Amino acid sequence: MIEFHLDARSGVPTYLQLVQQVRQAVRLGILRPGDQLPTVKEVVSALAINPNTVLKAYRELDLAGLVEGRRGVGTFVSSELTPSPPDGVKELRSALQRWVGRARAAGLDDENMAALFADTVRPPAASRAA
Amino acid sequence: MTEHAAVEAVGLGKRYGSKWALRDCSLEIPSGSVTALVGPNGAGKTTLLQLAVGLSRPSAGSVSVLGHSPLTDARSLLPRVGFVAQEHPLYRGFTVSDTLKLGRKLNPSWDEGVALARIEHLGLPLGQKVGQLSGGQQAQIALTLALAKRPEVLLLDEPVASLDPLARREFLQSVMEAVAETGMTVILSSHIVADLERVCDHLVILSQARTQLVGPIDEIVASHRLLTGPRTDPASVERVHDVIRESHTERQTTLLVRANGHVYDSNWQLHEVDLEEIVLAYLGYGGPNGTGRASSREAVA
Repeated sequence: MIEFHLDARSGVPTYLQLVQQVRQAVRLGILRPGDQLPTVKEVVSALAINPNTVLKAYRELDLAGLVEGRRGVGTFVSSELTPSPPDGVKELRSALQRWVGRARAAGLDDENMAALFADTVRPPAASRAA
Repeated sequence: MTEHAAVEAVGLGKRYGSKWALRDCSLEIPSGSVTALVGPNGAGKTTLLQLAVGLSRPSAGSVSVLGHSPLTDARSLLPRVGFVAQEHPLYRGFTVSDTLKLGRKLNPSWDEGVALARIEHLGLPLGQKVGQLSGGQQAQIALTLALAKRPEVLLLDEPVASLDPLARREFLQSVMEAVAETGMTVILSSHIVADLERVCDHLVILSQARTQLVGPIDEIVASHRLLTGPRTDPASVERVHDVIRESHTERQTTLLVRANGHVYDSNWQLHEVDLEEIVLAYLGYGGPNGTGRASSREAVA
């Protein structure tokens, strides 16, 4: 069992904080397949948050195949999070290193690069609004 | 659960003398949602709630709760609706036990088990006079009276305004537990935005007797962006997006927009905005150098 906590100042929506904490716990092996997540009522009591928010988080985890809701019983971890394959990461890292080299040559400092990276990674506003 | 919206208003208005307390209010509040009714004092929040429970009669338009009129179907509707008025009025000379007895006598659908379980959970002595309890405890008693009716819709007028932070949290926790247990619809008014994002999933912003914005909080937060860029006339942005607030310095323009599409001019820097900032913009707060536009806006969405 895990306990959720909320960071009101993070700007991350509450349901997403719950999703991230479950994913993190599974990744770290704190939660294993078959383990039960806190019930909606328990989360609501502990954090004084809207039950619909908890349901939304659990639904999203369910859709991602990470947990499984069993009617009238609870929500259980159904699979492990497979870490990204090491080969892929290695290749991506070297591609990124080449990119950083080119960016430096073009006169970008670290802060410029970080801003550019963050800006590229961030999905466009309207597609999330849909 | 019914298939009706929990609360539906169409062109709803209330006039006191020549002054409209609420005007042209059309909205639909879905069943099972927890909705925050936000706006400054005098914006029309209390008026809207009182119209919804039939405590006052509309001057224009109509409102229905669970598909019924609170005026003509009061007898069948009101047992299904809980209402806690501002300052949670109680008989101060009554004991907790007397207060529960009153609730039992006045409400045909009273659930004594719910009432007693809550009083026990809160650790309140039945023999104590209500007037001697703390503000937070009095608020909890008022909530208990409403919850023991087993309402399908619970309306709370400024329930936490007078409470200290701990009592606020405990009160909202009680409401959320009740929602988790029963799936009831909750509408609560507040002039304090903090905490609402935790407990609410829908938002209604009222200002100057009109609805400024109605919708699910997730969508509202996801669709609003702060744009900063070189000083420009916002007209080109306005063709695509709703500009809620604009402010300018000599060289820079800052816009808070509700995005209607995904094409942004690359001159603009995009920033996310939190709910409080969005609410303030709609209430007409102009930002550091800005001119609020909310006051001139018609209802959006």
